[in-house]
Amino acid sequence: MSWRVARVSGLRDETPSARTLVLDVEDWPGHVAGQHVDIRLTAADGYTATRSYSIASAPDVERVEVTVERLDDGEVSPYLTRDVIVGDQLEVRGPIGGWFVWRPEEEAPVQLVGGGSGFVPLMSMVRTHAARSSSAPVRLVYSVRAPDAVLYAGELARPPGHVQVTYAYTRAVPEGWPDRPRRVDAELLAAATWPADRRPRSYVCGPTGFVEAVADLLVAAGHDPRTVRTERFGPTGGTR
Amino acid sequence: MTDDPHGETHLDGNAAAGTLAELFTFDVTVAVGRCAGCGRVSTVADTRSYLDGPGMVVRCTGCDSVLLRVVSSPERTWLDLRGLAYLEVDHVTEG
Repeated sequence: MSWRVARVSGLRDETPSARTLVLDVEDWPGHVAGQHVDIRLTAADGYTATRSYSIASAPDVERVEVTVERLDDGEVSPYLTRDVIVGDQLEVRGPIGGWFVWRPEEEAPVQLVGGGSGFVPLMSMVRTHAARSSSAPVRLVYSVRAPDAVLYAGELARPPGHVQVTYAYTRAVPEGWPDRPRRVDAELLAAATWPADRRPRSYVCGPTGFVEAVADLLVAAGHDPRTVRTERFGPTGGTR
Repeated sequence: MTDDPHGETHLDGNAAAGTLAELFTFDVTVAVGRCAGCGRVSTVADTRSYLDGPGMVVRCTGCDSVLLRVVSSPERTWLDLRGLAYLEVDHVTEG
């Protein structure tokens, strides 16, 4: 798999700390919802830094959107969320990953559980579902620290048909919200997700601790572990 | 939250997919591998990967043994697969 040149053709601020980059990629082969790309930056002295970013958009010809959350001590994300301008060129490798993917041909109920910026690949699934007019029923649980951290809030306020959205605000709730800040727990999952006997396909993406906790809860609620796909999302992977 | 004895610093095999795609003609992360340490059989995506070192290390979710390591210099790449007893690859791999 080779590196391709991508031209930044659009920028959208999603939250105070997250920005979507619209990339026009030469000879882009298209992607499947849930996949990611690697982006490589090269400094003048030849030093390179590569990071993985989930694709947020539905499959398209030559165009792919990634949403980047700024990590203030990061090497790559401050550049991508603050300094990049339309017309800049980046190197992109992808699409990558055939495991954490949802294909619109699948008809089983879909369970999406996202935490923080781990929601991005799930948005690609929601958008693909809408673009292809899938009839698979979708339930989405989005765990997010505060209302101003919700990605794609405008789009999610009018979710496409067959998609039911439940928020779990972990630190601050919107005005008039009937619940206190809470984490995703067994009670919330029981109320907002498909019961195991509907045999949904579940996709869980977020920080490592979140993903492992939610996956364990789903399995404890009777879901077959083989139907629960996970993607851990984080700064990078540690040093062991 | 997690039983990871090393904190929450790891990602999963998905994160290793880009580097592995440089070396293999198929998507290794959808292949099924057997850990040479404990015998656990799992999809390569469903493992723990550590990317912050000089190379990339993928460990077994069951016993924490090293399954594979990849280290690259500008000139060449070293691939150590000694922790995998086997890889099972579907001939018709979607995607």
